[in-house]
Amino acid sequence: MTDTTKTITDLTARAYPYGFVTPVEADTAPPGLDEDIIRLISSKKGEPAFMLDWRLRAYRHWLGMEREAGEPRWANVSYPPIDYQSIVYYSAPKRKVAASLEDIDPEILRTFEKLGIPLDEQKRLSGVAVDAVFDSVSVATTFKEKLAELGIIFCSFSEAVREHPDLVKKYLGSVVPQTDNFFAALNSAVFSDGSFCYVPKGVRCPMELSTYFRMNSAGTGQFERTLIVADEGSTVSYLEGCTAPMRDENQLHAAVVELVALEGAYIKYSTVQNWYAGDAEGRGGVFNFVTKRGKCAGARSRISWTQVETGSAITWKYPSVLLVGDESIGEFYSVALTGHRQQADTGTKMIHIGRNTRSTIVSKGISAGHGNNTYRGLVKVMPRAVNARNYTQCDSMLLGKECGAHTFPYIEVANSSAVVEHEASTRKISEDQLFYCKQRGLSSEDAVSMIVNGFCKEVFRNLPMEFAVEATRLLAVSLEGSVG
Amino acid sequence: MLSVRDLHVAVLGKEILHGIDVEVGAGEVHAVMGPNGSGKSTLAQVLAGHPGYTVTRGLARFAGKDLLAMPPEERAREGVFLAFQYPVEIPGVTNAEFLRASVNAVRRHRGLDELDAIDFLALLKQKMADLEMDPSFMRRALNEGFSGGEKKRNEVLQMALLEPRLALLDETDSGLDIDALRTVAAGINRLRRPDNAIVLVTHYQRLLGYVEPDRVHVLAGGRIVRSGDKQLALELEARGYEWLEAEAARP
Repeated sequence: MTDTTKTITDLTARAYPYGFVTPVEADTAPPGLDEDIIRLISSKKGEPAFMLDWRLRAYRHWLGMEREAGEPRWANVSYPPIDYQSIVYYSAPKRKVAASLEDIDPEILRTFEKLGIPLDEQKRLSGVAVDAVFDSVSVATTFKEKLAELGIIFCSFSEAVREHPDLVKKYLGSVVPQTDNFFAALNSAVFSDGSFCYVPKGVRCPMELSTYFRMNSAGTGQFERTLIVADEGSTVSYLEGCTAPMRDENQLHAAVVELVALEGAYIKYSTVQNWYAGDAEGRGGVFNFVTKRGKCAGARSRISWTQVETGSAITWKYPSVLLVGDESIGEFYSVALTGHRQQADTGTKMIHIGRNTRSTIVSKGISAGHGNNTYRGLVKVMPRAVNARNYTQCDSMLLGKECGAHTFPYIEVANSSAVVEHEASTRKISEDQLFYCKQRGLSSEDAVSMIVNGFCKEVFRNLPMEFAVEATRLLAVSLEGSVG
Repeated sequence: MLSVRDLHVAVLGKEILHGIDVEVGAGEVHAVMGPNGSGKSTLAQVLAGHPGYTVTRGLARFAGKDLLAMPPEERAREGVFLAFQYPVEIPGVTNAEFLRASVNAVRRHRGLDELDAIDFLALLKQKMADLEMDPSFMRRALNEGFSGGEKKRNEVLQMALLEPRLALLDETDSGLDIDALRTVAAGINRLRRPDNAIVLVTHYQRLLGYVEPDRVHVLAGGRIVRSGDKQLALELEARGYEWLEAEAARP
């Protein structure tokens, strides 16, 4: 074994510090999916009738899809069939949604504190408003009142459905229709909780908004739904983090995120995804089948996705932008790391519809262990999208001999004024680089982690500061577990 | 400081150093010269611990310790520095970031406090000014897009920051114009102290005009065929290597 491979193998024995389980009494629905379960979810949440109808329509559509084609099979991933009747679709801690923090189960508060997300007033993160989601429900949202003074609505999705039904009705499904794809249809039928955010005209949101998703109960799927609407001329930066306990069985996570940017609005959406990835033999881990899409509805609007994907056994995810407004801008910056037996098929879609629209794609895939990393991206220029401009850069780094990197760029151009660029590279850490670092006193681990971080720099630069630090640390931890 | 005895080294099963003996005392500067392929660079790399070489026989001690038993990072932390003939590029990692990690790894080993970003930058700026390097070098990715001369200067900068006890410079003079050569030589001379030792691996006598060696060794065919004082370097400059190679080929 060469020196590099050995270091990388050693580093691949991934430790997952978030793998603990919180003992809470939960209100859990029986496993299985039918219309009664959907009615149950809807009634638990006290939803108005329109919401239940919407869910049922999605469910019926999903049933048809399930009977006919089933799950999408085109992704470069493989996994055993999912038994949708064995999944629990609703699980909520018994002592939950509460008028004040005192009413929240202290075990849950401790859990979030352990995850680095303290919720109580004294300790909570300054400058970041957090919506904390535990299994199927949001347990707390911080800084809500302060944001309300500016007219910003930031609350759990369930609350939004009850308190702001008009906004929900108007925008829900406007970017990702219920019928969009198999997992989006499933999510639309059974979505549990998630965050809702509305930033009114001309308001620049003064703090980062964030949601932290925690899966806890065994056998439970997580189906959160996030909707962010930035009204004309407003700006918002949103962060999302996720973790789950270590379990031997796989858990399904099928989320939908919709972003709407009206004229001149800017939405920056950052994700650090660290769901449990499974062990070295590929046992357990989360199936992360997520639909994320933003719509630059107004002129000069801008949507920017940044994702750092280090967790999950399987990732199937393409945060996309519909560039409808003239001069709108779409961006996608991604780091995806697959170690052990992880598989990721991730990328983006940039659909140029308006005039003078621009998009940028920077994707960094790191494969280690027996990990398999696929970039899949679509750049589409519609006939009326005059002067569309895209730049795509797609780099892969291979650590070790058993891993794989794949790139599937799709480019469809229907307007001859478009300029579309695609650059790609594949590299590995050379023995010489490693020796050079060691000769300067660095340990193998530090050297590998520094080189990998350097590789990801263009993406990390786009993360908000707190997250950039977290991402760097996460990558180091993941490499410890995963550079194989 | 450095004591090498009967060192035999092989690459992929083929022996390329056939028994090297060298003693470098504290405060001394030694030059190792020789034609291409004589094993000069191999010697420097082996002493630094390059994993591509296998020591088949012999020993090397550094400051009383068994050098060959230490992994490369430990040799570095103990104070062995190799200025690379071909410094590698590490995209995305800035020079400043890399140097600070390096300096702090060495400081930790020596039981010193790590330098924070502010103290480190102050130190870095001063060392860069000594070497007439543009401050923009700090923020550029390590060696990426550097010219040959810039890379070599960067090696000397690292040496100045790490203040090694034993510096091995592998053809640091090649590819330098005359001004750069002078600056680099000044950098080397600044490190020349009673408690340090320096080994210059070089092809030409050029650098030795600026950094005066105490001893000169000529390597040919994997053996030291001649050792002498600085006069030997001048003789080589005048006569070339062939006469020595011929001598070495004799049994």
